[in-house]
Amino acid sequence: MGKVLMKGNEAVAEAAVLGGCKYFFGYPITPQNEIPEYMARRLPEVGGTFLQAESEISAINMVFGASGSGARVMTSSSGPGISLKQEGISYLAGAELPCVIVNMVRGGPGLGNIGPAQSDYFQATRGGGHGDYRLIVFGPASVQELVDVTIEAFELADRYRSPVMILGDGILGQMMEPVEFKTAKIKEGPDKPWATTGAKGRKRNLITSLYIVPEELEKHCLKLKAKYDEISANEKRYESYFTDDAEIVLAAYGTTARICKAVVDRAREDGIKAGLIRPVTLWPFPDRPFNEAADYARAFLTVEMSNGQMVDDVRLAVNGKKPVYFYGRTGGIVPSKAEIYAEVRKILEGGAR
Amino acid sequence: MARGRAIIDEDRCKGCELCTTVCPQGLIRMSRQLNALGFHFAVVTDQEECRGCTLCAVMCPDVAIEVEKERE
Amino acid sequence: MEKVFTRPKSMTDKPMHFCPGCTHGVIQRLVAEVIDELGIQEDTIAVGPVGCAVFCYDYWDVDFHQASHGRAPAVATGVKRVHPDKVVFTLQGDGDIAAIGTTEIIHAAARGEKITCLFVNNSIYGMTGGQMAPTSVLSQKTTTTPAGRDKNQIGYPVKLTEMLAVLDGTAYCARVSVHNPANILKAKEVIRKAFEVQLNKEGFSLVEILSTCPTNWGLPPVEAVKWLENNMIPCFPLGEYKVAGEVQR
Repeated sequence: MGKVLMKGNEAVAEAAVLGGCKYFFGYPITPQNEIPEYMARRLPEVGGTFLQAESEISAINMVFGASGSGARVMTSSSGPGISLKQEGISYLAGAELPCVIVNMVRGGPGLGNIGPAQSDYFQATRGGGHGDYRLIVFGPASVQELVDVTIEAFELADRYRSPVMILGDGILGQMMEPVEFKTAKIKEGPDKPWATTGAKGRKRNLITSLYIVPEELEKHCLKLKAKYDEISANEKRYESYFTDDAEIVLAAYGTTARICKAVVDRAREDGIKAGLIRPVTLWPFPDRPFNEAADYARAFLTVEMSNGQMVDDVRLAVNGKKPVYFYGRTGGIVPSKAEIYAEVRKILEGGAR
Repeated sequence: MARGRAIIDEDRCKGCELCTTVCPQGLIRMSRQLNALGFHFAVVTDQEECRGCTLCAVMCPDVAIEVEKERE
Repeated sequence: MEKVFTRPKSMTDKPMHFCPGCTHGVIQRLVAEVIDELGIQEDTIAVGPVGCAVFCYDYWDVDFHQASHGRAPAVATGVKRVHPDKVVFTLQGDGDIAAIGTTEIIHAAARGEKITCLFVNNSIYGMTGGQMAPTSVLSQKTTTTPAGRDKNQIGYPVKLTEMLAVLDGTAYCARVSVHNPANILKAKEVIRKAFEVQLNKEGFSLVEILSTCPTNWGLPPVEAVKWLENNMIPCFPLGEYKVAGEVQR
């Protein structure tokens, strides 16, 4: 199959269908409405079901029911709606139910606005819901990558019995790029002997996150921890761009990383050895490349469309070896190449502390 | 009148006394003894009089009563 | 002698955790009997609430989802859409279905979701220790209405079954009680009918079941059934509120 020109939101929806998603439950919110609209047209064609829920709370709980019943299922929303889904996400993680959740992040807090933002990083990677859990979180930077990680997200969700979040932003959802769907055939999930299908010829299955005896809940939490450790060991993804000899390493994901790439190119033209580490998974966070770069780079600059969230993870990875600076725009404003480059020069000219 | 038999599983009984209020013959009373749960459990005073109507079992919230009945 | 009353097959052997005299156990049994009589144990997927009935899965031997507070109708929707040929039902208390989960139940009914919801109304929050419920009756004393529910301060009880009856998606809804044997037998027939509505794919069905809470009402069980009769039934009249077309038997 050749390349087709597609909007990010529509591409993520088509990728989900190819990834085996048969059920979609959602509630409209800008800037991601093309996802439910695409699913409403497309899912019936593959024998699936699209259902517009009465709220994001209901949507995520429908996802809970469908996932527990063995289906590949997805929901999508943006900031405020994802906040409403947090309770359900905690229950999904607790009951170890696989699903894919897309957040096309908009400006916050509160109602904020519908401009692009990356201010839901903490919510996504720190567990916006209650309790001791983690989500696998992807931060794709192009429509092609959005497609690729979405298809993979369904595989990872089933492999680890865990919700997977795709953290995009308003730009990624709305922009059009040529994409190639490398999967021609619609994928199917594995057998799920734990799912509720009617207890025919087997013991009944129970989908729950309730462990009333503390010793049993601790055992369950330790089992979850072992799973998260395994995910941490196996699933860290990142892209390294001109970091081998970099004296300043930029750190950015998603849309911001695309701008930072242009900043690196410009800096290199000017003889400044700049590089970029672009996390593709935001959890587990690819800490090793940062820690290694800290042995030779003079400084790091994290760039985000927020007041500084991923910068915490960069600092943890660098672990005090070198200074980590931050530059961000927020409220729906995208940082420009010139602004970021000015920061790079300021850091280098000021001398790294 | 058919004869019946109400069999009370005394260890499931929580001593709520609801069965005592519904027996048409007034055959159920609470034991002075305590069961494993610490409740005064229900007992049938006179099985000979039981008609097997099942009302005690219908009312029992703990499904602690089984009823047998002679075929008419 | 022939056994004329015994524990239903789809009920587990586990002793129930409900307080002495709480009629919730009766409801657990009635549902199990209906499942047995309809022969649907292997085709049933149940969804449980948060509240006193949170452990109801321990007593029914069927596939089961434990939902978050109030969201059982949404979870059941997800289950039913994946398994349209299975029997899917929820069990929910008054706080779960008529307070925090009001949105979910109304829209499940409005969609005509082919599920059955069993709503246990005991007019109080049991598990959390006797606070006011959306269905606490006027002047009822609870730990959060110590002087009695005052209509001027906190308003009136929610009559959910009446509310759902006006929705086109509701195929069947009724209110029953389990405070005495005659009503228990009637309740079972109504629960069975609600399941049959689902089996016939007629639409959404709901049964509200008035039940006692001796512990938090502060009454001995024998007094509690009288309190239900004298205080709850006048506020929540029993009967069928919506019958779409008589169920084909």
